[in-house]
Amino acid sequence: MKEPQSFSRVAQPIRNFAQRFAYVGLVVAAFALMMLAKVDTILVERARTHMTDAVAPILDVISRPIDTVNQTVDEVQALKNLYDDNARLREERNRLLHWKSLAEKLEAENRVLKEQLNVIPEREASFVTARVIADTGGAFSQSVIVNAGARDGVEKGQAAVTADGLVGRVIDVGSRSARVLLLTDINAKIPVLVDPTRTRAIMAGANQSKPRLTWLPPSAVVTVGDSVVTSGHAGVFPPGLRVGQVAAVGEGGMIVQPYVDLSRLEYVRIINLGMGGILQLPQRSIGPADGLPGSSVKTGGGGQ
Amino acid sequence: MRPTFWQRLDTFARHLTPVALTLVLVILNVVPTHIPGIARVLPVLPLIAVFYWSIHRPHLMPAPAVFLIGLFQDGLTGAPMGLHALIFLAVQGVVLFQHKFFMGKSFFVHWLGFGLVGAGAALLSWGLLSAFYVTLFAAEAIAFQYVMTVAAFPLFAFIFSRWQQAFLKLD
Repeated sequence: MKEPQSFSRVAQPIRNFAQRFAYVGLVVAAFALMMLAKVDTILVERARTHMTDAVAPILDVISRPIDTVNQTVDEVQALKNLYDDNARLREERNRLLHWKSLAEKLEAENRVLKEQLNVIPEREASFVTARVIADTGGAFSQSVIVNAGARDGVEKGQAAVTADGLVGRVIDVGSRSARVLLLTDINAKIPVLVDPTRTRAIMAGANQSKPRLTWLPPSAVVTVGDSVVTSGHAGVFPPGLRVGQVAAVGEGGMIVQPYVDLSRLEYVRIINLGMGGILQLPQRSIGPADGLPGSSVKTGGGGQ
Repeated sequence: MRPTFWQRLDTFARHLTPVALTLVLVILNVVPTHIPGIARVLPVLPLIAVFYWSIHRPHLMPAPAVFLIGLFQDGLTGAPMGLHALIFLAVQGVVLFQHKFFMGKSFFVHWLGFGLVGAGAALLSWGLLSAFYVTLFAAEAIAFQYVMTVAAFPLFAFIFSRWQQAFLKLD
């Protein structure tokens, strides 16, 4: 339908003005939202959780073929290195057998000593194994989304680990998905101990590949190669989880190389302290030991 | 002749595709690739889409849609809510402001334009993040992400132009 000339002459500037007004309004709204996110985190995070939860099934489906391709590539590579791996593993097995006998002896000794001293036993921990369905790592934030949520027993604040060590902490829980803040994120501040001196420190992420140690006591002596474990202070993480190794000490601070390759996460275990046996673990087949209901690990062991 | 109901539905569906494609890119952007190193600084794919459609089909990429795409990106990536909404809106604002300049220009001019606008967006995001966390934010990751995004531009601009040829030629 054709508009009369005079009408459009009047209407066009009004429409332009309205559009510009809407644009400015949206910019202001985005800015206001950032301010709100800074002040009232709960409201904004709830919106985020709903959004993630809604998209989780899509991500779950899309990430599967990519995982399959990756597994195939890994398998082909494994075939290529079969002979070398075998030799290396035999050697490692011999060494580990020695350690095993030592560990058994120490465990027995430890048990006896603990009984004599009436040590209060650490709480048992159970875990949920979840698949990583989104890797939102980038310059802006370092987190992953996993396909287990509140219905699987995941709760905010639980620690996420792999066999290699600590991954991060659950920060958002939807009904079927949860977000794990990686230890490299700028918001991640983890109380740790630096072995062998048992020096307390806070490991802080900076959205870079390696976190740094901060808040060390002035007299602390940290050298390259020292191992970093969670201290369990502040009650967020169970104590004794392997985190990483001190990679550099110098002008730029003390840099920690995490044991876990955070860019290649496929499955993470979410540790649930003190709820052993109550949890209904999800039916997700991943390796024989991981998915068994009722499987539990000692606190601090983290299944490593 | 008035278009029939089905014709209008068809046009409507076609008109939705730029925004829908951009939302798909937001999701694709966070799918784990397990590529060591690269995975941590993936290009910001929706930025390319917002830039491209704002030049070629601005009426199919309205500001409220850009705002929602930004929110969706923030929600999924875990960035502070509103950050990408603001960045995408800023990019769109610049493109629309310079729309006459971009119209009918060659691909390389668009790429160069994206390089400039993207640099502005990277700088803006660095400033906003630094303000948000009240600390000097690590600039390397953002700089690297910017380079990756500019490098990814030709591929996605090509895909969008094919899409435009196939489905949105008449608009």
